[in-house]
Amino acid sequence: MNFPIHYFIFIPLLGLLSALLVASERERIISRIAFWTAGLTFAAFVLFVSWWLLNGHAPINIKEVALYRTAGYVFEIDLYFDKISAVYLFVGAILTFLITVYSRYYLHREKGYKRFFVTVLFFYLGYNTTVLSGNFETLFIGWEILGISSFLLIAFYRERYLPVRNAVKVFTVYRIGDVGILLAMWASHHLWHENITFAKLYNYDLVHEHLASHSLVGVVISLGLLVAAAAKSAQLPFSSWLPRAMEGPTSSSAIFYGSLSVHFGVFLLLRTFPFWEQQTSIRILIALLGLSTAIVAVLIARVQSSIKSQIAYASIGQIGIIFIEVAAGFETLALFHFAGNAFLRTYQLLVSPSVVTYLIKDQFYNFKPRQHKLEDSLPRRLEYTLYILSMKEFMLDRFMNRWIFYPLKLAGKKLNFITLRNVFYFFVPLYVSGILWLHWEEAIPPVIHRAIPAVFAFIGLLMVLKAFTERHSPMLSWLLVIMNHFWMALAISYNEHFNFEHIFIYLCGVVVSGVLGFLILFRLQKLEPGHFDLNRYYGHVYEYPLLAFGFLLASLGLMGFPVSPTFIGEDLIFSHIHQDQYMLAFFNAMAFIMGGVAIIRAYARLFLGPHIKTYHETPNTSA
Amino acid sequence: MQFTKNGFDLKEAIQHIKHYLPAQAPLKDFIHHNTLHAFQNKPFHTGIQTASERFGYKVYLRLDEYRTLYQNGKISEQALQDAIIAHNGPADSERIRQRLLNEACDNNLQTSIGHLRAQWKQQFRFNPDKITHPLLFRILNNYLDQGISINGFPLVHNGFLNSMREIESKSFVSIFKTKGAKALLMDAETTLESLLDRIVGKPDRYEQYLFDQQFAHPGWSGMVSVLEDNNGLLLDRRAISLKELILFELLLELDAIEARLGEDWTPLGLQLDDSVPGLFERQTLNPVWDLLKIWHEAYEWTYYTPVLNGLRHTSRAAVATEQASVHALFCIDDRECSFRRHIELLDKQAMTYGTPGFFNVEFHFRPEHSRFHTKVCPAPMPAGHIVVESETIRKFNTDAHFTKNTHSLMSGWLISQTLGFWSAMKLFMNIFKPTLGPATAYSFRHMDGQAKLSIEHHGEATVDGLQVGFTVNEMAERMKSLFKGIGLTRINTPLVYFVGHGASSSNNTHYAGYDCGACSGRPGSVNARVAAYMCNHPGVRQVLSEQGIEIGKHTRFIGALHDTTRDEIGFFDTELLDAAQKTAHAAHEAVFMQALERNAKERSRKFILTNTRQNSAKVHEQVKRRSVSLFEPRPELNHATNTLCIVGRRSMSRGLFLDRRAFLNSYDYRTDRDGNALLKILKAVAPVCGGINLEYYFSRTDNDKLGAGSKLPHNVMGLIGVANGTDGDLRTGLPLQMVEVHDPMRLLVVVENKPALVLDVIQRSPQTFEWFKNAWIHLLALDPETLIYHRLSGDHFTPLNVNEQAVESCSDLMKRIESTDLNLPVFVLEEQFA
Repeated sequence: MNFPIHYFIFIPLLGLLSALLVASERERIISRIAFWTAGLTFAAFVLFVSWWLLNGHAPINIKEVALYRTAGYVFEIDLYFDKISAVYLFVGAILTFLITVYSRYYLHREKGYKRFFVTVLFFYLGYNTTVLSGNFETLFIGWEILGISSFLLIAFYRERYLPVRNAVKVFTVYRIGDVGILLAMWASHHLWHENITFAKLYNYDLVHEHLASHSLVGVVISLGLLVAAAAKSAQLPFSSWLPRAMEGPTSSSAIFYGSLSVHFGVFLLLRTFPFWEQQTSIRILIALLGLSTAIVAVLIARVQSSIKSQIAYASIGQIGIIFIEVAAGFETLALFHFAGNAFLRTYQLLVSPSVVTYLIKDQFYNFKPRQHKLEDSLPRRLEYTLYILSMKEFMLDRFMNRWIFYPLKLAGKKLNFITLRNVFYFFVPLYVSGILWLHWEEAIPPVIHRAIPAVFAFIGLLMVLKAFTERHSPMLSWLLVIMNHFWMALAISYNEHFNFEHIFIYLCGVVVSGVLGFLILFRLQKLEPGHFDLNRYYGHVYEYPLLAFGFLLASLGLMGFPVSPTFIGEDLIFSHIHQDQYMLAFFNAMAFIMGGVAIIRAYARLFLGPHIKTYHETPNTSA
Repeated sequence: MQFTKNGFDLKEAIQHIKHYLPAQAPLKDFIHHNTLHAFQNKPFHTGIQTASERFGYKVYLRLDEYRTLYQNGKISEQALQDAIIAHNGPADSERIRQRLLNEACDNNLQTSIGHLRAQWKQQFRFNPDKITHPLLFRILNNYLDQGISINGFPLVHNGFLNSMREIESKSFVSIFKTKGAKALLMDAETTLESLLDRIVGKPDRYEQYLFDQQFAHPGWSGMVSVLEDNNGLLLDRRAISLKELILFELLLELDAIEARLGEDWTPLGLQLDDSVPGLFERQTLNPVWDLLKIWHEAYEWTYYTPVLNGLRHTSRAAVATEQASVHALFCIDDRECSFRRHIELLDKQAMTYGTPGFFNVEFHFRPEHSRFHTKVCPAPMPAGHIVVESETIRKFNTDAHFTKNTHSLMSGWLISQTLGFWSAMKLFMNIFKPTLGPATAYSFRHMDGQAKLSIEHHGEATVDGLQVGFTVNEMAERMKSLFKGIGLTRINTPLVYFVGHGASSSNNTHYAGYDCGACSGRPGSVNARVAAYMCNHPGVRQVLSEQGIEIGKHTRFIGALHDTTRDEIGFFDTELLDAAQKTAHAAHEAVFMQALERNAKERSRKFILTNTRQNSAKVHEQVKRRSVSLFEPRPELNHATNTLCIVGRRSMSRGLFLDRRAFLNSYDYRTDRDGNALLKILKAVAPVCGGINLEYYFSRTDNDKLGAGSKLPHNVMGLIGVANGTDGDLRTGLPLQMVEVHDPMRLLVVVENKPALVLDVIQRSPQTFEWFKNAWIHLLALDPETLIYHRLSGDHFTPLNVNEQAVESCSDLMKRIESTDLNLPVFVLEEQFA
């Protein structure tokens, strides 16, 4: 029996593609498309769920399509539908529908009207894909779409500095969380010897049996998932990104950061619950993380004097509690709580401008002046201490800077010796000899041979780090990210017998998008020789929107986004990393993630931010 | 005066900075003003060009925008020629014309601000603003917050720095990263100069450094500066000064620098090379200014000329009014221009007047149960009286979505799972069937129409230090000056209306900017009711009649409020009318209602998502919906497109279609021989109408730096301002949605009187004179006898040769209105003269 769940993905996809084709000044058509897309999905959902509930509401699993199949490996799109998917689909459908209607008026005459609706539909596509995913691969496709669409929505006001900077920051945090998912995917390949479906995770005995023999792998997977969930749901130590994501139009902040996007960590935990259910220590860890986040976030929320950041932290606090509920196994309660919190925060954010009228009237009629006492007592000292801590967001932002961004920058600085010239005189020859050695692979002593993959992967990672911190040449940055993929391919080639087909799948997307990117960069350099480096934001999208769009597509391809075969190739590559090669897996995952960040940073610096030319009005940096 | 070496004068530097900072009050007291007030002592073009060269503001449209306007016929050939000749003489006009049309120019906006502090990045590869701004804004916002946060700033009673010191000294964790900065905050010896010595080191650069620093966040600095000067603007008072802000910011900067560079670094100023220009040093004027200036004048006069022809036409055609059916007084507000026109078209004997909407009664209003009073007259006007409201039946509903309990741990847990689902319902309802909610700013909530007001003074004790109500003489004095000003001295219609105005909107942070500017950004309902009471008072009438103002025995005055967003009207105290008056009132009410429907329809042509072609009642319903819809960023278009101010008898403009672009101030030169009434009018017109006009002007030309940008990403900060996102600076000026349809042109004031008298009058008030002399407002005098215009240039009037053009006429206004959503030309309404 065929269940039409995939329509929940096809309808948004169709809506997205048709909206892309409409000219940007045709507001009416664009909003109609969004309205019908969201409306149809919602209607379809209601019909489907009624049918499903009447028919015993058993979980449904569909192996949809195998995108790629080879000996011992298959990349499958797999869909799964159960209570969790139902609730998430429901909340997503109703909020997306309401927001599209709302935004039809709200966004009227806004520059970027089309961009807004296209991005919302794109997000919705990613949302439904993730929610309906039946295995990690499918989930990761949706997950990647969520990341990019979030970036685009936060940077919606791309001509200002702060939205663009914050978009890059949030994107980075998201990607760092993705390292967790990638590692979990890799480890689970080895745990199950297949691309496990979520349906199978519900087989208690199967999970129990595998975990019993590989408890360490189990812990790695669970921790990876937890990191991913914490990053997405703004739990400690990642919390400070959420208020900073509120840069787009209020309606988009409301739906994404108030409700849907931020609850994906919860979704990931719910979805993988049967897997870590049996690991008590992980459950305690999740509950503790939730608890500490809840406390810290609520303390911070209490001292917020801007309305959106107050709602953001309050929401994080509730999500912390949801984490506890999930860890305790109260699935239904968690789902209920998720839906309520999502609706509440969406509405609160949407009406947030009204606080001025409401609270000023309240102050006018009910104001009571505060009494002050100057005293030097311990409670007073504690009060001040807590206030300063909360006001400084428990140094969370500083924590992220110091432990994530600063080390990355530092590492990049140490890599200043990597220049275009060195790449050609040193790394290219090294790479070529690496390929040549491959020919006489048997002649290499086993000790060295064993280390080679990790070493090459590390070189790839270095390239990416340099690309991430490069300040001068966009070409170099772009080249280094391309080279990283080649190093990875080479590293894996040493790992297992060279498989041309796999390498081809991995690299063909890289090469095509790499060349496209170079063409665009050359063109831009020729047009704007004086405004072409990575030392600041240039905002070239103002004059070259087409180049910018082309470069964005090339970037997506190069970062292995699910529009290019590299996405499957990446998964393939991971399947070739052995179970004991933690370092290789880690380097690979890091390089994959940071490569994406480096590219997005280059895109942002060249094309986004305040326009370098001032023949038109430009905003202040602090605006 | 406190001099340090090399003549750096701190006090002067701070005064200097304050002079240029935005002077915008907190949200609840949004008052329009000239955004570039700091340059008003210079002639308009020089002033705005200087502002642009110094701060990088865009003060005209772009060259290519003017050229497009020209191609589309929005700038006429004639006006362009005139402007060229006015500026360069007839000699070289063809060459200039070619330059105007074709020359490629360097259009780039330059700024003097930021060059010195850009050296941080140049010399040390680091930008202190990235570190200091978010924390500084957060601390300022928390300190000034009027009620968003749950835990307010722990100490506020003793000034900003003292509170910071007290908290910092007791807390176990520090605001700062380094011990040095903390010690400096605690050290009573620390002065601004000593910090500048450490950071900049070169006294002749100190002022420049402070300019760079403060203009990196003009929003917050401006707010602090305004609050320093007007402590009473915040209900929950805070003491703060710009000096404190600067000192604290320098400490944060020092902290950031030392955390980054350690103790060993050379002050910024000591390793400067001379290539870094000093403050406001650049003197090269961009040649493009000459072209922009000419284009701009041509643009303005393309619009003005038909207006002037039209006014002359209607002045000539004016017929002596027969017996009036009713008199109605409105605010001079441009939004009342069309309402009055529709009333006059529906009732040809109705006489309408325009006067500042506080109806010459200046006082504070204290609603029942409130903790404060609020001023309801023009902001700069002193008011020593208070009117207290009592016996109200009004009830305020609350909305649980705004309760702060949703933000705490356990109640948040409960609420999100209960109220959360209700939110979805509410959102659904508001999107598909919006209604008035507790958070809607609704003009009729300002005052309870049924409540009692203490209008007459009966010797009560003062309230809040103000005299309760007015004595009979005080009342009569105010009404006399009101009626003399508008030239209405003989009243014998059964009814006279005072129509104040207010606005309603939802989810609108700038709601105060929509209400009556003459009532300090409040609805004019109380003033209308108070003025009506005064005129109905037998004692007052007695005094008035002694002073030459005759009011018929059976005449009754009625106060009313017009909601400009919803196009609704409410009348006060109608239960006091006798039967005959009730009948008359019912007839007038019907006219008002019909006029409002038409008015709504006329307004709707600019609301693109509303179909203007439907019948008036349907359109009116949709117009009303805008005011309660959460998703509507343009509940009304407010003062957008305002360009004119006509000071004269209504006969000048009655029957002329001015497309809601004119402030109309009634004035009869025949009853004002000494010009005192005119002086009073112009003293208000210049700052109020001129302020509105120029704020729209500059928010439109540079919506990024002088306006507030799109309101869609705005985040409410401490109930005092808005910022983008969480870490942004406060945004001043008007949001994009308020000004996008505005045409940036200066206000043209036309006064009906002899030029010599007008000149004499404006020179009596130097402040007012400055506006006109420096041409921030155009001033014309229309000689009522010869109907010749005279234009003020500098300090004298010269006759203005207006190109005679035939004035278009229109036979069916409501049809014409449906034809376009763009500005309509000036035309004569045949219906009025039929």
